Amino acid sequence: MIVNENCTIVSQKEIAANIYELILRGELSAEMKEPGQFVHVKVADGHDPLLRRPISIANINHEKKEFTLIYRQEGRGTTLLSTKKESETVDILGPLGHGFPIEETEPGETALLVGGGIGVPPLYELSQQLVSRGVKVIHVLGFQTKEAVFYEDKFMELGQTFVTTVDGTYGTKGFVTDVMKDLSFDTIYSCGPKAMLKAVEANYAADKKVYLSLEERMGCGIGACFACVCHTADDPTGFSYKKVCTDGPVFRAGEVVL
Amino acid sequence: MNRLEINLPGLHLKNPVMPASGCFGFGREFGSLYNLSDLGAIMIKATTVEPRFGNPTPRVAETSAGMLNAIGLQNPGLEKVLNEELPWLAQYDVPIIANVAGSTEEDYVEVAKRISTAPNVHALELNISCPNVKTGGIAFGTIPEVAKSLTKKVKEVSEVPVYVKLSPNVTNIVEMAKAVEDGGADGLTMINTLLGMRLDLKTGNPILANKTGGLSGPGIKPVAIRMIYEVSQQVSIPIIGMGGIERAEDVIEFFYAGASAVAVGTANFVDPFACPKIIKDLPELLEQLGFDHISECTGRSWK
Repeated sequence: MIVNENCTIVSQKEIAANIYELILRGELSAEMKEPGQFVHVKVADGHDPLLRRPISIANINHEKKEFTLIYRQEGRGTTLLSTKKESETVDILGPLGHGFPIEETEPGETALLVGGGIGVPPLYELSQQLVSRGVKVIHVLGFQTKEAVFYEDKFMELGQTFVTTVDGTYGTKGFVTDVMKDLSFDTIYSCGPKAMLKAVEANYAADKKVYLSLEERMGCGIGACFACVCHTADDPTGFSYKKVCTDGPVFRAGEVVL
Repeated sequence: MNRLEINLPGLHLKNPVMPASGCFGFGREFGSLYNLSDLGAIMIKATTVEPRFGNPTPRVAETSAGMLNAIGLQNPGLEKVLNEELPWLAQYDVPIIANVAGSTEEDYVEVAKRISTAPNVHALELNISCPNVKTGGIAFGTIPEVAKSLTKKVKEVSEVPVYVKLSPNVTNIVEMAKAVEDGGADGLTMINTLLGMRLDLKTGNPILANKTGGLSGPGIKPVAIRMIYEVSQQVSIPIIGMGGIERAEDVIEFFYAGASAVAVGTANFVDPFACPKIIKDLPELLEQLGFDHISECTGRSWK
């Protein structure tokens, strides 16, 4: 069920260059189940900015009624959000969308989790849920540069973890695909920039189950405004469509036009 | 005492608050959040004869106190709306106002003729003011004679009263309103969005793929109030007012300007519970202001 609640900030800190980890407490955490879902955040009261900001859920702690959002401080909205302090509240609508299907990887099989930049966060909750299910996880996390890397230690606790940086200042120099080619696995779950998702789809969708989480500008986040639609792959220029906010953000590779 | 119940051509409303067309889809998303029977009416998303995919993304861009949209009348087409969306909505005790759009007069007439026969469609809203399509839409809404002619043709075939949705992107809104009244319109809905544009700081390019879009949200409220104030004193048909409404106080202001009912648009995107909250808050606000019934508010600014 979608709930609107003023959640309390448990903590907020900058964990990498312009990357913030925001832990919130609220009853709506009880509704959070699927990894890869997101919440719609009203970053400030009043009219500027007017719309909410979609941010994926990085971690769910049902016992403490807490959940974690990790976002990049970039525009006006996220800059305002980054100034919020412990014990202040944030207006949250959620959870929204359909997340990653963990049941597509059987216990004992291996899942490859591929994240790029600010697409990495939802993979953390996903990885924990896969591990609980008895799935072996391998992570390949791509970042621009050393200062942008976050959560490497946390992912390492769950499974083998490779980090790439575009400029080579940390981990393997290059892109996630450079590391992926040497690994063996049964399924892929991925979230990150569109170019990365396209590369993952092009190289692996033919013979693996591949699930991709898309990002798109959103209005309402609940499927009413038709801002975030994309064409379906079987009808790329026709009238069929999927809404990233409600049909996604996670789609099986080959389902929609990237 | 029911302070909110009102009657308009074709419409018996429990309360004068309804979601605006294009901001509520066909109700399904909101139906899982609250009981749609609580609404005064529902203005469903614009329907065209054929299905439309709409414009490429990005389709929305934010502004201070508002948003630009260029969805481009995406809808599943008349057949699907008649066979799937309207029957689904029939489970609720709420009148539907069907927003009718098209590229040619014939398109409008075709949609109006058929959709007006649906049992839960109690009125039509003629969309001659969408700024985001290349043909039709606003092309019919900026020349008085063209708007009048279309209104007349749609009136001839419609089984239910016809409201015409006016565009604010005109020099003389009163002239437009009078023209469609002459054409036989039973009511007006106003205002649609204001044509606007935003550019990306890094690239200098328009943010919207369509380059321009319609501005909505609280920032346009004063424009809507002014236009309703002007029009309501020059026509004798009722006005459903819209443009930046987000709380009960805004509703009263629209009534003061001359509206007889209101529609809530962009606020649904920010707070999906906006409509039921406004409906809940209105009786107490009327009490505070000393009104027995909301209709007493209509046109108070005229004096």
